[in-house]
Amino acid sequence: MAKVLMKGNEAIGAAAIKAGCKFFFGYPITPQSELPEYMAREMPKAGATFLQAESEVAAINMVYGAAGAGARVMTSSSSPGISLKQEGISYIAGSELPCLIVNIIRGGPGLGGIQPAQSDYFQATKGGGHGDYKMVVLAPASVQELTDLMMEGFDIADQYRNPVMIIGDGMLGQMMEPVELREPQKRNLPPKDWATTGTGGRGHTNVINSLFIDPAECEKHNLRLKAKFDEMEKNEKKYEIFNCDNPDLIAVAYGTTARIVKTVIDKCKEEGINVGLIRPISLWPFPYEVFEEYADKTKAFLSVEMSLGQMVEDVKLGVNGKKPVHFYGRTGGMVPVPDDIVAEIKKILGGAK
Amino acid sequence: MQQDKRIRIITGHYGSGKTEFSVNYVIRLAKSGKKAAIADLDIVNPYFRSREEKGRMERIGIRVVAPEGKFINADVPALPADIYTLLQDESYQAVLDVGGDAAGARALGRYYDHLKDVDYDMFIVINANRPNTGSPQAAIEYIEEIERAARIRATGLINNTHMLRDTTLEDVLRGQRVVEEVSRQKNMPVKYICAIERIAGQIPEGLTGEVFPVKMYMRPDWL
Repeated sequence: MAKVLMKGNEAIGAAAIKAGCKFFFGYPITPQSELPEYMAREMPKAGATFLQAESEVAAINMVYGAAGAGARVMTSSSSPGISLKQEGISYIAGSELPCLIVNIIRGGPGLGGIQPAQSDYFQATKGGGHGDYKMVVLAPASVQELTDLMMEGFDIADQYRNPVMIIGDGMLGQMMEPVELREPQKRNLPPKDWATTGTGGRGHTNVINSLFIDPAECEKHNLRLKAKFDEMEKNEKKYEIFNCDNPDLIAVAYGTTARIVKTVIDKCKEEGINVGLIRPISLWPFPYEVFEEYADKTKAFLSVEMSLGQMVEDVKLGVNGKKPVHFYGRTGGMVPVPDDIVAEIKKILGGAK
Repeated sequence: MQQDKRIRIITGHYGSGKTEFSVNYVIRLAKSGKKAAIADLDIVNPYFRSREEKGRMERIGIRVVAPEGKFINADVPALPADIYTLLQDESYQAVLDVGGDAAGARALGRYYDHLKDVDYDMFIVINANRPNTGSPQAAIEYIEEIERAARIRATGLINNTHMLRDTTLEDVLRGQRVVEEVSRQKNMPVKYICAIERIAGQIPEGLTGEVFPVKMYMRPDWL
């Protein structure tokens, strides 16, 4: 297929349909409303169902139901709407069901604003909902990567029977770039023999449930989930290493912010400062080991985020005290400006070079 | 450009490049010595709107009509009252930058009573590299939806087929074939052929429409 120009929000929709997503349940919210708009127009043409639910809570529970019946299903929202969905996400993880959830993050807390942010990192990677669960969280930095990870995300969800979250910010949702819809690398996906599609003479009834009244049973269930999360940690780490050949400083950034940092790297180069970038693509599982490895090759780290400092905690865990870890962030919908980041880097390096 | 009507309404498919064209156009109007104004009528998309370039435009004397100060990011379909100034004060050469698709054009329907009696052009911006306007038929469907929502007829077409910084001459020419076919079927002239400056100089003569080199004002350097 030839490249076409798509906005992030449309590309999410096109990739989902191409990946065989049969149901979209959602509720509009800026800055991702073009996605439900796109789905409302395009899903019926693909023999799939778009349904605007009466609320985010309803939407995520519809996802729970459709996933339980074995369908490829997704929902999307932006920050406040994703908060409303947390209970459902926990139930879906507890019931071991695959689905894909998109969060196009806007400034918070509360109603916040409609401009881009990355301040839902904690919510996405450290729980969000209740209970001992994890989910793979992927953070693309371009519209092409967004489509690639959407298609792979459905497969990851099916492989582990667990929700997968794609996060972007409003900027990624609205930016337009050339894209090509490409099939992900083939995974061996288990049959959905647990789905509630009728017994069909099978002799037993499939039940979708996350209720375990006996604490010993509930613990056993949790340990089984843990084994699955360990597998994800082993298999699903993704990251990009850029210009990290003995740099003076390594910047750490994901999504849109990583794009800005690449411009910063060029600007620093002009001034004789060598800056590298580690770009986590999977925010969970977080690629901790990479930081420990690169800590020997640089003087300091700088986490750049559109938040007041969330991923920086994971960077510190990864660097493990070997080198100083600094933070620079803008929040509430403000996008970092390359020159300000350059100034921050100079301050950290103390004019040493 | 000097032959265009006093009020230039810029519409088209979501993401076709309406705002980039509008901003380039009004800057060129102002630089040609005209009393130029632009109104940001985009009530559907909260990002990449002409109001973001307000400062740049005001510095060269363009009147920018857009929601004021703290309302600039308000997620509500509100339009500033001084759009009427541009419609009624004939000393202005005005550009109305309208939101995408029929949903965006609906904002124009509100001005029907004023527009029907004034001298206006309504240009449709087409980027044939966008998946929903890649063929003449698909583009025509969008034009008709937009005309219904706006309650007025389009008067011209703009070929804005590009691939951002990677645009090739071939992109522009392929788009031109689509737009010329739309022109033939809808009996509507091709007014402009847009291209980034690097490509604009390569566009051969003999195509219908005036070559219009554009700068990417709306796209940040890091994008």
